[in-house]
Amino acid sequence: MQQRVTLPHRQINADLLNVTLKAPLWWWITVGILGIFVLLAFLSVSFMVNKGLGVTGLNRPVMWGFFIVDFVFWIGISHAGVMLSAILRLSKAEWRRPATRAAEVLTVLSLLWAALHPVVHAGRLWRVLYWAFPYDFSRGLWINVRSPLVWDPSAIFTYLTGSTLFVIVALIPDLAVLRDRTTGLRHQIYSLMAMGWRGTPRQWKLQIVAGFLLSALLLPVFVSVHSIVSWDFAVAISVEAWHVTIFAPYFVIGAVHSGVSAVVTMMILMRWLFGWHAYIREEHMDALGKLLIVIATAWLYFFFLEFSFALFSQESQEIALRELQVFTWPWWPLFVVFIIASYLFPVPMWLSRRVRRNWVLMFITSLTVNVGMWLERLIIVIPGLARKTPFNFDWGSYSPSIIEITILVGGFAFVFMALLLFAKVFPLIPLFDIKEGQTLSEDIKIGRRSVPALRVEE
Amino acid sequence: MTQMLGLFKEEEAAATATEALQQAGHGNETFDILTGSPYPEGAFGEAEPKHRLYVFPLMGAVAGFSVGLLLMTATQAAFPLVVGGKPILSIPAMLIPMYEGTMLGAILFTVAGIIFESRLPNLKGGLYDPRITEGYIGITMHVPAETAPSVEQILKQAGAEDVLQREG
Repeated sequence: MQQRVTLPHRQINADLLNVTLKAPLWWWITVGILGIFVLLAFLSVSFMVNKGLGVTGLNRPVMWGFFIVDFVFWIGISHAGVMLSAILRLSKAEWRRPATRAAEVLTVLSLLWAALHPVVHAGRLWRVLYWAFPYDFSRGLWINVRSPLVWDPSAIFTYLTGSTLFVIVALIPDLAVLRDRTTGLRHQIYSLMAMGWRGTPRQWKLQIVAGFLLSALLLPVFVSVHSIVSWDFAVAISVEAWHVTIFAPYFVIGAVHSGVSAVVTMMILMRWLFGWHAYIREEHMDALGKLLIVIATAWLYFFFLEFSFALFSQESQEIALRELQVFTWPWWPLFVVFIIASYLFPVPMWLSRRVRRNWVLMFITSLTVNVGMWLERLIIVIPGLARKTPFNFDWGSYSPSIIEITILVGGFAFVFMALLLFAKVFPLIPLFDIKEGQTLSEDIKIGRRSVPALRVEE
Repeated sequence: MTQMLGLFKEEEAAATATEALQQAGHGNETFDILTGSPYPEGAFGEAEPKHRLYVFPLMGAVAGFSVGLLLMTATQAAFPLVVGGKPILSIPAMLIPMYEGTMLGAILFTVAGIIFESRLPNLKGGLYDPRITEGYIGITMHVPAETAPSVEQILKQAGAEDVLQREG
């Protein structure tokens, strides 16, 4: 069944700018409620800075807790933007059009929140600057480039800068639409931001080339970011669970799995909240569901390799650690939930076309993936540290404090609130991309039949 | 000189207008097309835009790599502290920030290139109409004041819904 609908440009502008030009009441209420959670998270951080890391659940030997779990989780979510936007753009997948901008914005926001975690985790936030940047010019002390404390900021800074510029460049034509539809101060601000965009063939050509070029440049950065995050673990020689040489690709594919699932969740929310039924359609969910089956299975393969490499070595410490993760309280129920939520429940569901085209089921399955993937990071980080190691003579456990839980909840509230704020100022679906897709899918005659110039997913 | 902007509702009419303009001796370098979304190149018989955007990422990558190399070698040489028995210039570790520097340089130069090659910011403005972002196609050109009436007639005959004019 062909679901494509042809809409006039005026209608596309009105539909996709409905929140930007006039926010409904629910928008204000939701932003207000989410803002309270974000405020609570920042108050918790302030309290922790004032009192010290003792107010968290961190203690020897588990000195990496929720902060690092959240850091890896949000870095993972940030891989959604480039995965969808860059790969689908380069492969000219038509169904990418309504998803790209929201995925790119999700990348930027989750990266921002992720980048906050190592800083907060340091306890004395300002000291991170000493480690990540040249310390003291006058005394000639410089950074240690052999430390992941330098690798991580360099990768995240590059990815954040690149992703932000990617969003800004693709926004320019849509800023011109906003410029043409606003008055007063808003018109002046949008005019300034649109930089005099007119929509000449030269500008459009460069906009299209820019999309491909920046996609191609961001792809290797996106792979490097999560690889470097994995090396934060892999270069720690004393923790058995973190030694596997495939940690980098395992982390990257896990990030893509959780990131694309987050995009599915977000797209369904956008359809429900903003009423974009003509733009986010069942065919998009169908294509994303198929893509997720491939990604999830690739992730499972790497998970299997990581686990079997550990057992294959037959080292007593490795085997004891896996026993802790899989059979020992409180980790075993979390392990079971993690496996079910990230693969065993969603993937068999996605095999069914009816599920892939069902909004509620896609929403639930994409959410469970991220519950599972968050637990995966928890199971990697904490049991590994809880065991006695060659350089650590304690054996302990970890339970998060209310401070860490508030910051965790604040993270979800921040990303959702910032997305809503973005939608109030800029369109979350690229208007020009939708219009171009419509132009390119107009009917052409082949013999006695008329068919769309570009085949739309059936 | 007179600035002119013909506004067309249909793509076909705009393409007919550019053909008529060329037949009347106005080459495709004398007019420009304004649209609210990208169209396939040459859809309206306009001149093919040339650009050198591909040079920018290469220049940026070279600049980023150079800065990365300088920062990594100079800072380690300036503070030669042996950590874990590793050499002062530990190449595998240095490669990571150098790689990120290379990519950052390439991205920054590419974005600068996009802005520059798109001729933005466009401070001169020019004749424009908000209907263009509603799907209308604009044909804009500068003509001597005496030929403006004939150009207007060509545009209207081809199906222009409106023809705007401004002196300057």
